[in-house]
Amino acid sequence: MTIAEAITNILPQRAATALRHRSVPEGIPWTLIVFIAMATIPWVGSRYDTFLASQIVIDALFAVSLNLLLGTTGLVSFGHVAYFGVGAYVCGILMKTYGVPFSLAFPAAGLGAALFALISGFFCVRLIKLYFAMLTLAFSQIVWAIAYKWNDVTGGDQGLPEIPYPNLDWMSAVPGFADLSIGARFYLLTLVLVAVSLAVVHRIIRSPFGRVLTTIRDNPERAAFLGINVRLYQLAAFVIAGGFAGFAGALYGIFSRGVFADYVFWSKSAEVLIMTILGGAGYFWGPPVGAAVLVWLNQLVTDYTQYWSFVLGAILLVLLFGFPGGIVGGLDLLWQRLKRLRNA
Amino acid sequence: MSPSFLFSQFMGGLTTAMFLFLIASGLSLVFGVMRVINFAHGSFYMFGAYLAWQAVQWLHPTGGRFWLAALLAAIGVGLLGALTERIFFRSLYGREELYQLLFTYALVLILGDAAKFLWGTDQLSVSTPPALAGSVQVFGTTQPLYTLFIICIGPMIAFALWLALNRTGAGRMVRAAQMDREMLDALGANVATLYTAMFALSAFLAGLSGALVTPIQSIVPGMDVLIIVQAFIVVVIGGMGSLWGTFWGSVIYGQVLSFGILIFPGFSLFSVFALMAVILIVRPWGLFGRPL
Repeated sequence: MTIAEAITNILPQRAATALRHRSVPEGIPWTLIVFIAMATIPWVGSRYDTFLASQIVIDALFAVSLNLLLGTTGLVSFGHVAYFGVGAYVCGILMKTYGVPFSLAFPAAGLGAALFALISGFFCVRLIKLYFAMLTLAFSQIVWAIAYKWNDVTGGDQGLPEIPYPNLDWMSAVPGFADLSIGARFYLLTLVLVAVSLAVVHRIIRSPFGRVLTTIRDNPERAAFLGINVRLYQLAAFVIAGGFAGFAGALYGIFSRGVFADYVFWSKSAEVLIMTILGGAGYFWGPPVGAAVLVWLNQLVTDYTQYWSFVLGAILLVLLFGFPGGIVGGLDLLWQRLKRLRNA
Repeated sequence: MSPSFLFSQFMGGLTTAMFLFLIASGLSLVFGVMRVINFAHGSFYMFGAYLAWQAVQWLHPTGGRFWLAALLAAIGVGLLGALTERIFFRSLYGREELYQLLFTYALVLILGDAAKFLWGTDQLSVSTPPALAGSVQVFGTTQPLYTLFIICIGPMIAFALWLALNRTGAGRMVRAAQMDREMLDALGANVATLYTAMFALSAFLAGLSGALVTPIQSIVPGMDVLIIVQAFIVVVIGGMGSLWGTFWGSVIYGQVLSFGILIFPGFSLFSVFALMAVILIVRPWGLFGRPL
């Protein structure tokens, strides 16, 4: 069965959406409010605020791309940082070594990461559960080994420092933008690119294709019985997730002024998993919330102590044993209870 | 390339292999019985190293009493493993793999910082026990006695574990748990205690290998996350849950790393990860394991 046939055959499109309760008050364009609030940060906040916001926005995209696998398709990847890394290196090498403009290097980063996801995913989706996790880990370590050792191209353990910012001089022509630093301008560009990416991922999840992914997550045997080519769908999700992780990586490389082999080490995959779980893997806005809370907590905690990992581990323990639904899951539960109280 | 050079590469690979076997055997045991991939195994290894250093400081600061220190360190880590299993892990057995993986990763984070807090971030080292401080000439190469000792202890531990698994009552229970833990539970066996004991034994082995590595490697923060990936590779190559698989997996890993450097300089790291990926693709249960 082709994808097109599967799409027309599967679940009446809107039915599943209708079944699901709304977790926030309706009628308020929350997404737009958050976007506008984030966009004003370069004017109302400090340079440091802009710096933190950049990190949050990029991490949010990375975590959302992972959640397309974890929350939507039910695949536990322990090597998602590989695609983030490929994107960062492709964009960094093109811009720094070959002087390619950002407008070409950025799409190339996503394509490169998606291509690598296609090759590695082809093998990964053949394996179940723990073996899948192990193989994704192996592929990410292969990327790490190449990044770490291929001095001529990746800069080896020295990495690729001083990746240029894209040329954003045109922003000077916009009223109110003239005084913004290049960092702030890049933040605004990042914010727009990430917002568009999130909208696309959201659309994908809500599309018939996304419904099939959810069906596969909930019951792969049944999905196969319905005639769905489970592996093909899983691979498609893997490639899309890899591509968006590549976009996040490309932005991160420019934001942090360099790409280094450390970015691709396996423990980074665990960090983005924590971000996703912290926010709530069952919700679209879970991972961005997780990213925001984690970045904010990180800067709060590191003011007091150098033992950030310890705090992160403790948070993870509380999460695993106390709040498996994450922050958004907890808030959702609270909201449902309040609503029931009001109705009673 | 002279034969003696090749021989010394071979011996280097074998030393790496036997060290990794000590570490990976515990990882493999826990996987075989509990179907859990324990990221914290590397942290147990690191704690073994730090505790051994600490014990040497307490017992005999100028060196000596190394063996007693190593044993105490291994026992300490074994207790840590048992406590971890009793307090936390127990409630995660029925949960998804993701939660178990993330729990063991939480331990990595916490234990890693705990080690930094307790012992600082400076390199620490332990001197080689006097009895094994010398070296011998073999095939025109100089082999330190201590590495020969490591090469001997690997097969000894493997044989001891094999005996314990195949010739004792407790070993029979472990093998039964590997096959069908629900059935073992239903038959009235004390599976809970068995799991705690397995976890403790696994941590003990990790602690022991951490302690034994101290005379030839300095103790640094970060040794936990570096070693755990190597142990994963070994376990994957040989077959998760298979004792002899892990043994031969270590041997293969050591030799690929050792000779990979000669054939593709700079890409030996790549070659071992590629080997891991190829094995997972072709035979996910490893060279010597059984399909789940």
